[in-house]
Amino acid sequence: MSHETILIQVGLADKPRKSRWPARLDLLQSITGLFLALFMWGHMTLVASILWSKDAMWTIARFFEGYFIFGKGYPWLVSCIVGFIILVVVAHALMAVRKFPINYRQWRVIHAHAKMMKHEDSTLWVWQAYTGFLLFFLASAHLYQMIIWPQNIGPYVSSYRVWSEGVWPLYLVMLLAVELHACIGLYRLTVKWGWPNLSRETLRKVKWGLTAFFLVLGFLSLVAYMKIGYEHRTRVGERYTPTWVVEKERGAQQG
Amino acid sequence: MRAIDNNTPQQSTRQHRHLRFSILRYDPNDSASVPCMQEYQIEEAEGMTLFIALNEIREHQDPTLQFDFVCRAGICGSCAMMINGRPHLACRTLTRDLPDEVTLAPLPFFELIGDLSVNTGKWMRGMNERLQTWLHVQEREVDLHRIEERMDPDIADQIYELDRCIECGCCVAACGTAQMRKDFVGAVGMGKIARFRLDPRDIRTDDDYYELIGDDTGVFGCMSLLACHDVCPKTLPLQSQIAFLRRKMATLGLSG
Repeated sequence: MSHETILIQVGLADKPRKSRWPARLDLLQSITGLFLALFMWGHMTLVASILWSKDAMWTIARFFEGYFIFGKGYPWLVSCIVGFIILVVVAHALMAVRKFPINYRQWRVIHAHAKMMKHEDSTLWVWQAYTGFLLFFLASAHLYQMIIWPQNIGPYVSSYRVWSEGVWPLYLVMLLAVELHACIGLYRLTVKWGWPNLSRETLRKVKWGLTAFFLVLGFLSLVAYMKIGYEHRTRVGERYTPTWVVEKERGAQQG
Repeated sequence: MRAIDNNTPQQSTRQHRHLRFSILRYDPNDSASVPCMQEYQIEEAEGMTLFIALNEIREHQDPTLQFDFVCRAGICGSCAMMINGRPHLACRTLTRDLPDEVTLAPLPFFELIGDLSVNTGKWMRGMNERLQTWLHVQEREVDLHRIEERMDPDIADQIYELDRCIECGCCVAACGTAQMRKDFVGAVGMGKIARFRLDPRDIRTDDDYYELIGDDTGVFGCMSLLACHDVCPKTLPLQSQIAFLRRKMATLGLSG
C-alpha cells in the first residue's frame, strides 16, 4: 500500500502541501467542455449538410469512413471517433457532476435562490445543470447507436433511423438540451477564465445568437431527415447512391 | 400583524406612496418562535432609504423588529439584507427605486441573530483567519532612520480598490455555490487574497496562496454565477479578480 493512499485514507493528503489535483480537474472540466461544445457545433454543421443536398451529406458521411483516402469506406473509423467522444463525455460528466446539487437540501436551496434572485447567470446555471443531467441519458443512447452501427449514417439510412425507427423525439429533446447546454457552457467558460475580455452583456448576446442559430439549423435538419424518412418509409434499408454514380451508371448502360 | 402609520405629517403637496413591507420575523433563540412574514405599511417620504423606513417601523409600529445598522452611509456593511430576494445595503437603497410592495429577509448563509439581523462578523472573522488576510512581511530589525519603501502609485490604487470591501456579506448571500456548500470562502475571501497578492510588501508566493484557496472550497469551487459581482454594493471588480486568481492557481496545477 502506497504512502499516498494511507495519507488519503486518514485525511492527511493535503499535508504538508495541498494537492494540485483540484486545479487539474478544474482545467479538465473546462477543456473537455470546450472540446465538446466546439465538436457539437461542427457536428451540427455537418449534419445540416442535408439541407444543401443529399450528395453533400453522403460525401461527408463517407469522408469520415476514409472513403476518399482508401477508395473504400471503413465505418469502424467512425466507431473510433465515437469511442473517443464517449471518453470525453464521461470525463466531462465526471468533472461536472462535482458541481451538481447532491442532496435534497442543496437542490431545494439552489432553486429557491435562483427563483428569488432573478439573476440571469444564476438561472442559466440551473438550466445548464438540468440540460447536462438530461444529456447523461440522451447522449448515451445516441452514442451507443453510433458506435454499434456506424455504417448507418447517410441521407437515407439516417432518415430511416429518425423516422421509421422513431428516434426523432430523442433527437428533438437532445437538440434543445445540447444547444442550450453548450452555449451556456461556453459563455460560462469565457467569464470563468476572463477571456475574451468582453462585457457580459456582449457575451450574452453572442451566446443567445449562437443558441438561436444552431437551434434553427438543427431543427431544420431534423425536419429534413424526417421528411426523407417519411417519403422512403416503404423502402427502409435502401442506401443512397450519389447522383454522379447514378449518372455514370446510366451513361454506361446507354453506351 | 398589520400596522399603519398615520403620524407622518402631510407637509408636502406631493402625493407619496404607501409602501407595504413584508418582513420575515423569527427569533432563533426563542423555541416558540416560528418563521413568518409580517406586514407593515408606511408612507413614503422624500429621499427615504430603506434604513429610514425600517427605523420608522421600529419607532412607531414595532419596537421588537431586529435589524442592524451603524454608519448609515454604506461604509460599515451592517445593514445588508435580502431586499425583494436580492442582497443589498438598506442604507444605500432608496425606497423610490423599489416597488410598492417590498419583501425583506435576513441574509442567508450567516448565523441568524433575529429577524433581519445576522452575524456576518463571526463568519468574516473565521474566513479572515482561515485565509490569513493580513500582511505577511519579512521580519527585520526596525530602523527608524531608514526611508520607508515606496510603492508604485498604480499598485497602490489597485490595492485600494480591493481594500474598499466592507465585508457586508452581500456577495456570499448572492452566491449559489455558497448556498449549497457552507465551506466555500466566497468572493469576499478571494477578493482579499487578490488584494494581498498585489501587495509588494507581502512575501507570500502563489504556492502559498494555493495552500489557502487551491481547492473546491476556494477558487476552484466558484461556478462563475457572478451574482457576487452584480450585487456588490461597493462595485468591486470581483469577476475579473476571481478569473485572474483561477488562471494563476490553475497554472500551478500544471506545473506540478
